[in-house]
Amino acid sequence: MSLATLAFPEPREGILRRVSDVLVRRARLLTLLLLVPPLLWIGLVYLGSLFVFLGQSIFSIDEFSGTIVREPTTATLLELFRPANFDIVLRTVGVAAAVTALCTLLAFPIAYYAARYAGPKVKAGFYLAVMMPLWSSYLVKVYGWKLLLAKEGAIGWFAGKLGLAGALETWLALPVVGGPSLSVSYTGMVLTFTYLWLPFMILPVQAALERVPPNLIEAAGDLGAHPGLVFRTVILPLAMPGVVAGAIFTFSLTLGDYIVPQIIGTSALVLGQAVYTLQGTAGNIPLAAAFSLVPILVMALFLTLARRTGAFDAL
Amino acid sequence: MHAPAPPPVTPAVRFEGVMRHFGAVRAVDGVDLSIVPGEFFAMLGPSGSGKTTCLRLIAGFEQPDAGHIEIFGEKVEGLPPYRRAVNTVFQDYALFPHLSVGENVAYGLRVRGVGRVEREKLAREALAMVKLAGMETRRPAQLSGGQRQRVALARALVVRPKVLLLDEPLGALDLKLREEMQSELKGLQRALGLSFVFVTHDQGEALSMADRVAVFNEGRIVQVGPPEEVYERPATRFVAGFVGSANVLEPAEAAALGGAARPSSLRPEKIVLLAADAPEPTGAAVVEAGVVEMSYQGAVRRVTARAASGLHLTAAVPASASAVAAGDTIRLAVPKGAVQPMEGEG
Repeated sequence: MSLATLAFPEPREGILRRVSDVLVRRARLLTLLLLVPPLLWIGLVYLGSLFVFLGQSIFSIDEFSGTIVREPTTATLLELFRPANFDIVLRTVGVAAAVTALCTLLAFPIAYYAARYAGPKVKAGFYLAVMMPLWSSYLVKVYGWKLLLAKEGAIGWFAGKLGLAGALETWLALPVVGGPSLSVSYTGMVLTFTYLWLPFMILPVQAALERVPPNLIEAAGDLGAHPGLVFRTVILPLAMPGVVAGAIFTFSLTLGDYIVPQIIGTSALVLGQAVYTLQGTAGNIPLAAAFSLVPILVMALFLTLARRTGAFDAL
Repeated sequence: MHAPAPPPVTPAVRFEGVMRHFGAVRAVDGVDLSIVPGEFFAMLGPSGSGKTTCLRLIAGFEQPDAGHIEIFGEKVEGLPPYRRAVNTVFQDYALFPHLSVGENVAYGLRVRGVGRVEREKLAREALAMVKLAGMETRRPAQLSGGQRQRVALARALVVRPKVLLLDEPLGALDLKLREEMQSELKGLQRALGLSFVFVTHDQGEALSMADRVAVFNEGRIVQVGPPEEVYERPATRFVAGFVGSANVLEPAEAAALGGAARPSSLRPEKIVLLAADAPEPTGAAVVEAGVVEMSYQGAVRRVTARAASGLHLTAAVPASASAVAAGDTIRLAVPKGAVQPMEGEG
C-alpha cells in the first residue's frame, strides 16, 4: 500500500475544535481566561482584605470605651515609636536578622556541596534530607527543641560530656543572648527558628549555585584568581540572588511567627505576639494593623538595600 | 607519527608522553608535541579526539595521568591554572554576567592587584585593540556573539599571557563573521608575536590560519606539520578523510594509477576530466569510467565514477567543465605525483 492510498479519518468538526481554533488564533484571550480566576483571588480576596486591614491603622481606639474611632489620624502609627512598642520592633528585627545570618552560614556550604560536587544519587538524598523536616508537624518540632534546649536537656547534657558546660554557662551569663537556660533565651529562639527555616534558605541558594556555569569558575582561575578570590568575585555575586530569595523566606517567616516565641525564649513580646494580643484580647485593631505594617516596611527596606548593593546584578 | 625533533629554542609548550584518562576513556593517549614560540598552532580533530583535553592540560584545568608538560621550559604538572602564564579564550566566551565589559576585561588585572586607574586604562587599550572602544560600560548580555568573542579575546590578552589558548572560539559565529575573525585573529597573532594554540574541528579554519596543524584522532596526534604538507601528503587514511576529502587507494589501485604499491590518497581536485576529443596527456594515468553520481557545488562539480576494474574515483572538476550526467562514460586523468603514499594505518 502506498502512502497516497492510505486513508486517514477526517477529524470531526465539533464545538471543542472550534473553541480551540479561536483560542489558538487569539493567544491574548487564552491568557486572559487563564489569568482572571487567580488574579481575582489574589487581587480581591488576598490583597484586598490585607489593605482593608492595614487601612485600619489610620484609625484610633477610644481609651475609655475601647471602640474604634473612625477618623483618620497618625496617632496610632506614631504609637509604634513609643519605647515599649519600638522595642518589640527592634527585638523582632534583631532575631530575624540573626536567624537569617545563621541560616545563610549553615546553608551555603551544604548548598555548595550539593550544587557542585554531589552526584545524582547523593543529590536525591540531599533533597530528601532537606525536605523531610518540613513533612513533620511544626509544633512537634518546636516542642522537640524545647526539650533539647531545656536546662536538663540533650544540648546541656552533651555540652557537659564534652567538657563544655562552663562555656555554656558563660554564654548564658551574657546579656541579651543569655538567660536562665537556653530554652528561655534569645539564643534558643534563634536556634529553633534557624532549624525551622533552614530548608527555605538551602533550596534557593542551591538553585542559584547550580546556575553558575562551571566555565566562569575556570575562566576566573585562568585569569589568575586563586580559589578564595574566585569565590568572592564570581561565585558569591552570582549566588546572591539565591541568598536574597532565601533571606526573604527566613526573614519574613521569623518576623511573622508568634508560636515559637511563646514556647521558646524570653517573656518579652515579638511582633507576631503583639499583633495576636492586640487584635484578640485587647481588641485594638488599629494598633494591630499598625504593627502589621512593620514587616512589610522592613522587607521593602531589605529588598531596596539588597538591590542597592547589587545583589540582583546577576539576574 | 612522532613529534619533530625539538627546535633549538625553548618550546612555548612541550608535551612528552602525556596521558589523560577518564575512567576507561583514553582522552589523551600518549601525546608528544612541541609548540614553537610565536607560532599559530592548530589542534584539529573530530569531537572526542582529545584536542580540547590537550588544551585544558596546558591551561591547567586537567592534570596529566602520565607524562610531562612544560611551558617555556618550566614543568607545570600540579600547577593550578592561576599559577600558569597562559590564558584561554573559551568556546562560549565565559564572560562574567555580573560585570560590565570593562570590568570583565580588567578582571585579570584586578586579581593581580593592579590599581583601578591603571587597569581601566589597560582594559580600554585592550578593547580598542579588538575594535570595541567605548563599550566598557555595557553588559555582556547586551553584546552580539561576535562582540562577546572580542571581549573574551581582550580579557585574555590584557594580562599578557605567554601562550594564548583558543577553544573553538569561532564555532558559534556565522560564516561571514567567522571569516572576518579568522583574518583578525591571524593579524593579532602576527602583531603580538605570541604563540596561539587553536583548537578546532573545522579543517578549513585550521588550514587557513595555522603555521602548523596537529591532526588528532582517538587521543593521539596522527600527523603534525604545515597545512600544505598535511593536506598534500596525508599520513594516514584518517587524515586523508578528515582533512578535506580524498580517494583512498589500496596498494594495487595506487600502482595502477602511477603511484607506489602502497596504501595511498588521491585528492579529488587533482583528477582531470578529459573532454571527449582531448588527446591523452603524457605522463598521466587515464581511466575510463562510468559516472555514478554528479553533484553541482558552485565552484566545482563532484563527479563519482566507477571504472571497469571496480575502482571508485571522486573527482572535483571546474563547474565550467562540460556537463556530464549519471550513466555517461568519461575519461579521468591522474597526473604524475597526484597519488600520495600514506605511512600508517590509523
